[in-house]
Amino acid sequence: MLEAILLTISLDDFIWIIVGLFAMFTCLSIVVLSLTWLERKVLGRLQLRLGPTRTGPMGLMQPIADALKLILKEDIVPASSEKALFWVAPVIVVISAFMIWVTIPGTQTAVIQNLDLGLFYIIAFSVIGILGLVLAGWGSANKYGTLGGLRAAAQLISYEIPIIMVAISVAMLAQSLDLREIVDGQNDYIYVFVQPLGLVLFFIAGLAEVGRTPFDIYFAESEIVGGPFVEYSGAHWSVFFLAEYINTFAIAALMVILFLGGWSGPVLSGNWEIIWFLGKVYVVIMVIFWVRGTFPRLRIDQLMAFAWKVMVPMSFLSVVMTAVYQFYDWPAWSLTAMSSAGLAVVGLLIFKKMTAPSKLVAEVKARREALEAQRRPAASGGGD
Amino acid sequence: MAWFIFISLAVLTIAGALGVVVARNVVHAALALLVSLIAVAGIYLVLFAEFLALVQVLIYGGAIIIVLMFAIMLTRNTDYPKISDNKQWPLAALAALAFLGVLAPSFIINRVEGTKSHNASFEGIGESLFTTWAVPFEIASLVLLVALIGAIIIARSDEEEN
Repeated sequence: MLEAILLTISLDDFIWIIVGLFAMFTCLSIVVLSLTWLERKVLGRLQLRLGPTRTGPMGLMQPIADALKLILKEDIVPASSEKALFWVAPVIVVISAFMIWVTIPGTQTAVIQNLDLGLFYIIAFSVIGILGLVLAGWGSANKYGTLGGLRAAAQLISYEIPIIMVAISVAMLAQSLDLREIVDGQNDYIYVFVQPLGLVLFFIAGLAEVGRTPFDIYFAESEIVGGPFVEYSGAHWSVFFLAEYINTFAIAALMVILFLGGWSGPVLSGNWEIIWFLGKVYVVIMVIFWVRGTFPRLRIDQLMAFAWKVMVPMSFLSVVMTAVYQFYDWPAWSLTAMSSAGLAVVGLLIFKKMTAPSKLVAEVKARREALEAQRRPAASGGGD
Repeated sequence: MAWFIFISLAVLTIAGALGVVVARNVVHAALALLVSLIAVAGIYLVLFAEFLALVQVLIYGGAIIIVLMFAIMLTRNTDYPKISDNKQWPLAALAALAFLGVLAPSFIINRVEGTKSHNASFEGIGESLFTTWAVPFEIASLVLLVALIGAIIIARSDEEEN
């Protein structure tokens, strides 16, 4: 309970929370280091490269070398920037990233402070991070920064809606917002089996929320040279980098908790179940890297159109499906059927959009060939 | 302890509100508003209304402030100093005083009985929202929908002129 933290807290609990926060900070830093190495290796494999090899065995020391470089780099603050905002923006981003982790459980007991409204708390505090990006863009007094900040606000607010709606449909299935109870609710079957549409919507919106390719539009290097981060360097920039990876990890962890049964798995029991949890989370993260290595970046108008014309209606539909299923007490397979139908619609829409340009090219080519074929007999006829 | 937390939150709320009025830079005013709104969320926590506190953070602290920043960033830099003061300030002061005049008596007349706060559960809020207060709730959502459609119509008519 939140008020317990504020009012009825004893010194002992307080010390434990501080210890927990330090442990969380350390664990998350190690996770971020591992993720940067893993991402480079996986992307390298996907692009037929080796990735880092020189620093340490298999390039394992690369993240540490990078971290050292970033910390030692000169920290430049532009003269025309709003100093206060320039300083406060990365702090807001990283604090909201850490705040989320306070209530994400690794196992039944491995959680710093379990909250009854855990899922709602996570959504509420993840929104604060957007503000940091907007302030960073505006505060650095750079036109690319401001553009990036605008894009971040538009994109992240839009994709927050499907995330919230999908979270609501999972909360309806579990009849709780407590993350531990949501995992307990998946004892019979994990929710991906009854709500596959929800998983896919959550995955896509989650990618957009943490700005991973193909949705890294608000800091697209080739268009707006880094967006809100353009003026940041050294330690300040690395704070944004840290927050991005922590958020990626959080989205993967939430997907595992909401849809993939959290830490439940065979063989292991007690706190050892965290191995299952981490294993599932890393599998989800691998998929995120895989998507990054496969898809090209979208355009900003395509992104917004996709959010409002596909993601938002489909996420509302998933809530309605779940409500009907719950209200009439239908068997579980009926929700699976409804949700799969919705998923098929989403897949079809994406497929059509993705194949549209190549179809257009083929059509133009066919027409030109037809035109040339028409002209050739005429030309040869003229020569006679 | 609760009293101390309440006083510090109240000070923060009022200081944030003052900052909104005093700040010459619109972005700083928006940030001061954020401080004020988050402090109000803290006051809800002291009152054992954790759902309301989270809603306050999500909607006011997050969405409203971000949309506000979005609007500010779309305006030009040179416009900022002029905005913080204009001819309408006596009207605004009058409106604020009138609002206080309505609020204060209603607090004095309807005195809250007992000083012990009780925990309003999430389920309880949901149930009363969809049974006892279903009609006002629906009317509020309808008003918001009308505002949304109105905004789209205004934006569209600008487009046609261009």
